[in-house]
Amino acid sequence: MNISELKSKHKPLKQMPYEPKELYRGYTDRTLYINLDTNDVKIKPVPAQMKEKFIGGKGYGLRLLWDGTRPDTKWNDNDNEIIIAPGPICGITQYAGAGKSLVVAISPTTDIVIDSNVGGFFGPFLKFSGFDALELQGKAKNDVIIVIDGTKNTVSIEEAPAEEIDSHILAEQLTEMYSDSTDPRDMKNVSVISAGHAAEHTMIGMLNFSWFDIKRKKCRLKQAGRGGIGTVFRNKKIKAVVVKSAGVTQDPNHVADMEAIKERGARFAREMKELDPHQCRMKQEGTAHLVNIMNDYNLLPTHNFKFGSHKDADNIHSRVWNSKFTQGMNDGCWIGCTMNCAKAVDNFVLKSGPYKGQSVIVDGPEYETAAGVGSNMGIFNADTIIELNFYCDTYGIDTISFGTMTAFAMECYEKGIITKEHTGGLELRFGNEDAALELIHQMGRGEGFGKIAGLGVRGMKKYFAEHYGADMGFMNDIGMENKGLEYSQYVSKESLAQQGGYAMTNKGPQHDEAWLIFMDMVNNHIPTFENKAEALHYFPMFRTWFGLMGLCKLPWNDVEPENNAQTDEPAKVPEHVDNYVTIYNAVTGSNINKQEMIRQSERVYNFQRTFNIRRGYGLRKHDAQPYRAAGPVTVEEYKSLEEFYDKKMKEDIGVDPAGKTVDEKVAITRKYRENRYEQLLDAVYERRGWTKNGVPKIDYMKKIGMDLPEVIEILSKHQ
Amino acid sequence: MGKITVNGHEIDWNDNMTVRNVLDRMKYSFRMLVIKVNGTIVKREDWETFPVPEGADVKVIHLMSGG
Repeated sequence: MNISELKSKHKPLKQMPYEPKELYRGYTDRTLYINLDTNDVKIKPVPAQMKEKFIGGKGYGLRLLWDGTRPDTKWNDNDNEIIIAPGPICGITQYAGAGKSLVVAISPTTDIVIDSNVGGFFGPFLKFSGFDALELQGKAKNDVIIVIDGTKNTVSIEEAPAEEIDSHILAEQLTEMYSDSTDPRDMKNVSVISAGHAAEHTMIGMLNFSWFDIKRKKCRLKQAGRGGIGTVFRNKKIKAVVVKSAGVTQDPNHVADMEAIKERGARFAREMKELDPHQCRMKQEGTAHLVNIMNDYNLLPTHNFKFGSHKDADNIHSRVWNSKFTQGMNDGCWIGCTMNCAKAVDNFVLKSGPYKGQSVIVDGPEYETAAGVGSNMGIFNADTIIELNFYCDTYGIDTISFGTMTAFAMECYEKGIITKEHTGGLELRFGNEDAALELIHQMGRGEGFGKIAGLGVRGMKKYFAEHYGADMGFMNDIGMENKGLEYSQYVSKESLAQQGGYAMTNKGPQHDEAWLIFMDMVNNHIPTFENKAEALHYFPMFRTWFGLMGLCKLPWNDVEPENNAQTDEPAKVPEHVDNYVTIYNAVTGSNINKQEMIRQSERVYNFQRTFNIRRGYGLRKHDAQPYRAAGPVTVEEYKSLEEFYDKKMKEDIGVDPAGKTVDEKVAITRKYRENRYEQLLDAVYERRGWTKNGVPKIDYMKKIGMDLPEVIEILSKHQ
Repeated sequence: MGKITVNGHEIDWNDNMTVRNVLDRMKYSFRMLVIKVNGTIVKREDWETFPVPEGADVKVIHLMSGG
């Protein structure tokens, strides 16, 4: 079916014209609300207090979600919302990494707020079309496409029965359909959000945000991966959201001081040009440069996080990815990004599934994907990793969760907790590439064991216990989830600070709050509980700020100024922090300093914690971690590093391992490490201004200026 | 056998030990490093030859990346 035939099948449900509004200093001060139960479309002004306290991006998402949902709203209730919000800095093209959107919803796997950070052109185009956020509520009866046309200033909802579901096709179809012509200069003005078939059948659905790559003449995809937002999207019967922009001008944000932004942007561009080739090589390898480094430091998860390195890891070394990625292309996921790290494999011929034999472009793999669907599942074949990456993307599921949940299922299979009888014949052994591919296709088709695995690690644990009599205690030890979200791909056993960086997060164990492994485990810079607590305050607050602004984290510290080592606090990259303060002030006309920057984040971070408490979570018990995140669960793990663990027992615990069985040594190590984590919780809660139970104290909320009545009402019940 | 300390961990020292030998021994393959030997910063171009004396306190600071 050609594009005009596809469009002829559309049934308009609503079209609303709206008054255009230009951005002023990064804001339009209004949001777009769409209810799919009623096809109601509204433009809502942003109250002054919302702008002051919540800033933008994730902050706006949280404010709108709190107001739009009940404390007991479930992920598949009609009143659950998906909110997509860029931030005041989003859309500038003079500094790297300024095209991000933050997406929030009540998650199907955690039952609390999930937030996910994503590139692509949608966020900037939404702003240029006149809105600081898009709020989607309700459920359509049939599949719909929502179109925000910033060139004609209309919002429409159309039933759209004929387009494909899977993202690599749907993004192409809709980009062509809504572009003024097939000229790439027009095609680049359209961006599409979509999910895919597996988002309908699993709890780990994600959203693809597209941009049109002029040089390749193809749609590229970036993912809002974590926490099942794609599952919510398809549950609402949204097939896609399309935004069309009139194009990008020099200063669409109408900033206060463009020269200041340009100066910092030029400085950063010089660093990329001169230093990146000797530092992380982001421009050539993206985050995949980390694979062999993590293996060298025993941090690369293999076999469901049992181990941190593998003899075959060279097969997925960064030089392999370097050779697979097409070099010399403009790979920024937003205009003007000089980091250019959104690498892609071109002309990849698929060997399995519904698109077998087709030649496709694959966005990635990034580090998380290479480790998740690769080493953690015992797969060290780069082409299989690329294929799994492609299908995760087009089917609309999260590569991190897919990797961690499949690794869990594989360990359960090898332990005999599940058998071929339960998996429908799939031999889910570590390294079985065919089984992994079949599993993902089952998720795409909504069949067989794919549907059970698609429940996620927490869902599988419950299912295996209820249906197969599996031992919940053991599964809790090896099932790498916290709060219901699957762990991202770093082994945290030897870094207590990183254990907190994972399990003390608001949304679940994603590394985007704090990545402290080198500071803690390698540099030995934060040896005391107080040191670790300080790091677990500063870095989560600092990194929250990117999500308020519509910024990417990578340009902060994946290339660093030459003199960074001589600064007072090199881990913070002070010059880049100063860049961000300067740019924020230059966009908005404000006059904040780096302390106020952290305060902005503290308000939103603690609001999110309170949001979790409002929903019956967010307490100390919810910050518990699976023991595998902290130490060796099994004799096999202990024996793999016996000399190392024995030494630690003697030096750290003060117990002589001589004459003890491995089982005894596992138990002694566990008791010590579990106790240390509890002490860490105490120290971090104290530093963050929380009670022993992990609840923000009312006095602290007053001090930071987040003592809103609805917040205090919740917190006062838990002081 | 003599010892040196690397990031607070004691390891064996050997004759003619250089910064490069320390990095290899510790499997420190990350590229964004700042190295100090007894408090003196060692430039990248000197890593291959800079001598590490017995008893030295070596700091190999990994500038945070990841995530």
